[in-house]
Amino acid sequence: MADFGYTIWILIIPFVTFVVLGLFGMKLKAKISGLVGTTALGIVTALSYITAFSYFSGNGMTDGVFQKIVAFNSVWLNLTDQLHADIGFLLDPISVMMLIVVSTVSFMVHIYSLGYMKGEKGFERFYAFLSLFTFSMLGLVVATNIFQMYIFWELVGVSSYLLIGFYYTKETAVRASKKAFIVTRFADLGFLVGILLLSFNTKTFDFITLTDLNGPAVTSTGGAVFLGMSVLTWSMILIFMGGAGKSAMFPLHIWLPDAMEGPTPVSALIHAATMVVAGVYLVARMFPIYFFAAPEALKVVAWVGAISSLFAAIIATTQNDIKRVLAYSTMSQIGYMMFALGVSGYGGHDGLGFMASNFHLFTHAMFKALLFLGAGAVIHAVHTNYMTEMGGLRKYLPITHITFLIACLTIAGIPPLSGFFSKDEILTAAFHHDKLLFAIQYAVAGLTAFYMFRLYFSVFHGKERQYHHTPHEASATMTVPLIFLAAASVLTGFIPFSSLVTSDGVPFESHIELGIAIPSVLIGLVGIAIAWVMYKKETTLPERMAETFKLGYKWAYNKFYIDELYLFITHKIIFKHISQPIAWFDRHIVDGTMNGIAWVTQTVSFKIRGFQSGQLQKYAFVFVSGVIGLVLVFIYILN
Amino acid sequence: MNSGIPLEYFIILATVMFFTGVYGFLTRRNLITILMSLELILNSVNINFLAFNRYLFPGKLDGHFFSLFVIAVAAAEAAVAIAIIINIYRRFNTINVETVDEMKY
Repeated sequence: MADFGYTIWILIIPFVTFVVLGLFGMKLKAKISGLVGTTALGIVTALSYITAFSYFSGNGMTDGVFQKIVAFNSVWLNLTDQLHADIGFLLDPISVMMLIVVSTVSFMVHIYSLGYMKGEKGFERFYAFLSLFTFSMLGLVVATNIFQMYIFWELVGVSSYLLIGFYYTKETAVRASKKAFIVTRFADLGFLVGILLLSFNTKTFDFITLTDLNGPAVTSTGGAVFLGMSVLTWSMILIFMGGAGKSAMFPLHIWLPDAMEGPTPVSALIHAATMVVAGVYLVARMFPIYFFAAPEALKVVAWVGAISSLFAAIIATTQNDIKRVLAYSTMSQIGYMMFALGVSGYGGHDGLGFMASNFHLFTHAMFKALLFLGAGAVIHAVHTNYMTEMGGLRKYLPITHITFLIACLTIAGIPPLSGFFSKDEILTAAFHHDKLLFAIQYAVAGLTAFYMFRLYFSVFHGKERQYHHTPHEASATMTVPLIFLAAASVLTGFIPFSSLVTSDGVPFESHIELGIAIPSVLIGLVGIAIAWVMYKKETTLPERMAETFKLGYKWAYNKFYIDELYLFITHKIIFKHISQPIAWFDRHIVDGTMNGIAWVTQTVSFKIRGFQSGQLQKYAFVFVSGVIGLVLVFIYILN
Repeated sequence: MNSGIPLEYFIILATVMFFTGVYGFLTRRNLITILMSLELILNSVNINFLAFNRYLFPGKLDGHFFSLFVIAVAAAEAAVAIAIIINIYRRFNTINVETVDEMKY
C-alpha cells in the first residue's frame, strides 16, 4: 500500500488560500487574487487526480477489495477512552471519487469566474469564499468520522450562506441566504440528534468501525423500540433528515430555488454539483448501517428520493426563470440518486443501486455544472434570467449553444452520453427492486427530457427578442470550462464505475439491459419531441395547454404552494402561538424581574445618597455617635 | 511621688479635654480651629497615657514612649494638615469647612 500522507495538502492549500485572500485580498489587485485562488485550486485538483489515479490503479486495493485507508488522523477531542472526535483524511472509493468531482468542478468554476465576475465589487471576497467552500467540501468528503463530517457539513452551510448572499445589497439575495441557512440548520438539528443517538448506541464516531460488517452498528439489533421502530432506525432517519436538508429533498427543498439569487458560478459549484449532493454522499457513506440495521430508514430514503424527483420535475416544467428550472432539475436528479441508494442492495451485483447512485452523482456533477455555467453565459450575454425574454440565441452564442445542447442531451439520457449510462443503471436497479418506484422514475425521465428541451428551445431557438445590445460570446475564461465540462459529460459515461465504486469495494461487471435501456431512451426522445412541437417555433400551444390543465398548471407554477404552507405554519402557528407568548414572557416576566430589581436599586440609591453630602463634620458626627453608641452597647448591654 | 492627686482627677481632666476637642471638631467651621480641636483630643490621650503609666505601672516607661510618639505624630500631622489647609485656601479662597464639599455624591 502506498503512502498517501501527501493528501493532507488537498485540505491545507485551499484553507491557506482562504486565509490569505480573506485577510490580504483587499490589498491585492482583483485579478491577482483571482489568479492566486485559481492556481491554488489547480494544485489541489492535480493532487486529487494523482491520489485518485494512485488509489484506483491498485494502491488502494488489497486482495481484490478496495480498502478504506486513513491517510492522516489526529485525535482532536477525547470524550471518553472509546469515544473521540478526530480530524482525519479517509480514502475509499466514494471519497476519492468525490475528491475528483469537487476539485474538478471547483477548478472549472474558478476559471469561469475570472471572466464572469470580472469587475464585480468584492471580487477577492468571492474567491476567498470559494476557497473556503472548497476546503469545507473536501474536508466533508474525506471525513474519517461522523463528527468531523458534521463540522465540515456546517462549514459548507456557512460558505453557501455567504455566497448566496454575495450581493448583500440586494434584498432578495439576503433573504435567500437567510432562508437557505435556516432551513438547512433546521435539518441539521435532526442530523445532530441522529449523531448523538447513533454514537450513544455504538460508542463510536468512526466511519470504519460504524460501517464494519461485524461492527457495533451493523450488527446492532437497534436498541429500544420507539413508535414501532428501533432507536437505531430513528437515528438513521434523523441523520437522513440532515442529508435531505442539504440535498434539498422534499419537504426541505424550499431553500434551493431561492438560493439561485447567488452568482451563477456559485449555483453551479455549490447548488448543483457538490454541496447539494452531500446528503447523497452521507447516505452512501453510512450505507451498510442503512441496509443491514435500519432497512425501514432505507425505505424512507427511497420514497423521499422518488417523491422529490417527481415533484421537482413537475414544477420544473412550468417555471420561467432558467436558473430556477435548473434548480428544480437539480433537486429532481438528486432525488434520483437518493432513490437509487434506497433501492440498492449490498455487495456485488446487488449493490447496483449504490454504484448507480454514485455514478449518477459523478456524471450529474459534470453536466449540471455545465448547464449552470452555460446558463450563466446566457445571462451574461442578455442580462435577464427569464426565458420568456430570450430566444434565437444560437446564432450569437455558438459555443454556449453547442455545449448546452450536449448537456441537455446528456441529462435526457440519450446514448452514448454519460447521463444515459448512469440513469440506465438506476432504472435497472429500481426495476429489480420495486415496480411502482420504477414507474415513477420512468415518468420522471420523460419529464426531465421535456423540461430541459423546453428550456433549450425557448432560449436558443424561437423568436428573437429585442436585446439591449447584440449578445456576444463570452471570453475564453468562460468558454474553456464549458468545453471541458462538455467533454466530461460526453466521456465520463465510459468510466467503468462498477469496477471502481461499489458498495463493498469488490468490483463487479455491469451491463446494459436492453429491455430497460430502450424504453428509457424512447421516453427521453418522446419528451424531446413534445418540447420540439411546443417550443421550437413560437406557438400558442403552451398557453392552450396551460389553459386546459389550468388547475394543475397553476399549482405546479406556484410550486404546489409549499412555500406558502411553510409561511402559514411558521407565521400563523409557530410564531403566533408559541414564539409570541414566549417573547411576551421574556420581555415582561424575565426582563421585568431584572428591570424591577434595577429600578428598586436606583430609587433607593437616590433616596440615600444625601448621606454622602461632602460635609466633613456630618461624617465626623455620625462617626462619633457610632463610637458612643458602641461604647454604650458594650457597657450596658453586653456586660 | 504620690502627691495626693488621685487618678480620677487626671481622667476627668482628660475626658473634659477630649469632649471639648470633639465638640470643637464638630461645631467649628474654621479649619484651623478644627485642627486645634484635634490637638486637644490628642493631648487628652497623652494625659491618659502618662497618668495610667504613673499609677498602674510606676516602674515602666511604655506610656511615656507612647505619648512621645503621639506628640511626634501630631506634629507631623499638623504640618500636613496646614499644608492641606493652605491649598484649600488657594483653591476656594476660604477655609470654611462647609464650603469645601466637592467630594460628595
